[in-house]
Amino acid sequence: MAAQKVKLLGFWVSPFAYRVIWALKLKGIDYEYIEEGIFNKSPLLLQLNPIHKKVPVLIHGDRVICESYVIVQYIDETWPHCPLLPQHPYERAMARFWADFAETKLLDTAWLGLCARGAEREKAAKLAMEAVEKIEEVVKGKKLFGGESIGYLDICLGWISYWLPVWEEVGSMQIIDPIKFPATSSWMNTLLHHPVIGDNLPARDAMIEYFQKRSKDI
Amino acid sequence: MASGSVADQEGQVMLLGFWFSPFVKRVEWALKFKGIEYDYVEEDLTNKSTLLLTSNPIHKKVPVLIHNGNPIAESLVIIEYIDETWQQNPILPQDPYERAMARFWANFIEQKVREPAREALFSKGEQQEKKVKELKEGMEVVEGEAKAKLNDKTLFFGGGNGVGYVDIVLGWTCNWMETIEEVGGFKVLDPESQPQFHKWMANFREVPFIKPTLEPKEKLVEFFRMVRQDRLGLVANK
Repeated sequence: MAAQKVKLLGFWVSPFAYRVIWALKLKGIDYEYIEEGIFNKSPLLLQLNPIHKKVPVLIHGDRVICESYVIVQYIDETWPHCPLLPQHPYERAMARFWADFAETKLLDTAWLGLCARGAEREKAAKLAMEAVEKIEEVVKGKKLFGGESIGYLDICLGWISYWLPVWEEVGSMQIIDPIKFPATSSWMNTLLHHPVIGDNLPARDAMIEYFQKRSKDI
Repeated sequence: MASGSVADQEGQVMLLGFWFSPFVKRVEWALKFKGIEYDYVEEDLTNKSTLLLTSNPIHKKVPVLIHNGNPIAESLVIIEYIDETWQQNPILPQDPYERAMARFWANFIEQKVREPAREALFSKGEQQEKKVKELKEGMEVVEGEAKAKLNDKTLFFGGGNGVGYVDIVLGWTCNWMETIEEVGGFKVLDPESQPQFHKWMANFREVPFIKPTLEPKEKLVEFFRMVRQDRLGLVANK
């Protein structure tokens, strides 16, 4: 099964698609990337993900898998070399817990902050900062959440190192203060300097332009 | 995939919960399905224990599973932990693709059924109408999946006659959906347009380890009526 062809339907600026790209690259899995125009959804996307109509979608042989967390875990279980999730069930539970926390308490609130204005934006940014406070405690003393190598939680939270600073700039918000959050800032830096992550990121200027437009449209 | 050793299974298992919580019930079903002995601690919603607040300082919510002194929060995270630590009676499928499908559906149920149901319960007027519409759309998809997967030989999403992850994640609908309808004053369940789902509900309710755990509807209705009034009262006073 592992030898079957792999395709990834993604969108160039989607942090969710990049989770899957990083997982595939870390494991050295060959894949074909298909760029999806999400504002003009293709028949292929609508056929493969009729429920959510979103990217990323992983196609492995005749199997179709949606939702970035589900895909990353599928990749980890299908190609067990270079494991992403920790081995011990308790450590795995902690990784899943914090991935869920960061998604609901940081990503969703930071995005809200980007799309809101005035007091609403300030409120969202404040909530996002409170979430970073918790993440700071978890990453303190660690090079990476995965220890010496990139793990599941690094992949799930990796957007923080690159997308969040762009959203901060576009939204004129500060969520990651390097003085308040030295451990998180250090982790972000480590991640960006890792060849698999650093070499697989969208162009920053294009991202700024894209999110400026998006935040106005919304 | 990683799994716990026999040594990992040792040690006390404690579950902090509320009797009325569908999330807690999921974890109880997972524990009972595997025949794991555990101590249940009923928490007080208005007076959360020190144990709860120190075990789940992030969300301060139940369920919390404490195993060998290690706390785990979030019902779906707990269920996967249970499944990986105790290998008997697997809850998730073994095949990675089947596991991915099970996780996908669990996520869908949470986002498109459970969350709109909760929001419909605690809202009124236009906001509630919006949430009820979302909930109905979610239920349509669930019925579609039930039609595709279930039949006279395959009673449960877990396959065959055995419940699995998706059944456990969806199971709250068997009791709580009618409660939410009654307390919230709307209708979502419809045996005519959801025949397969209703068959699944009827079968799930009869599963021997599930049946005794289902709280009487009247008790749930009384409780959630009070909570809804409380919540909406707060909103109106702002």
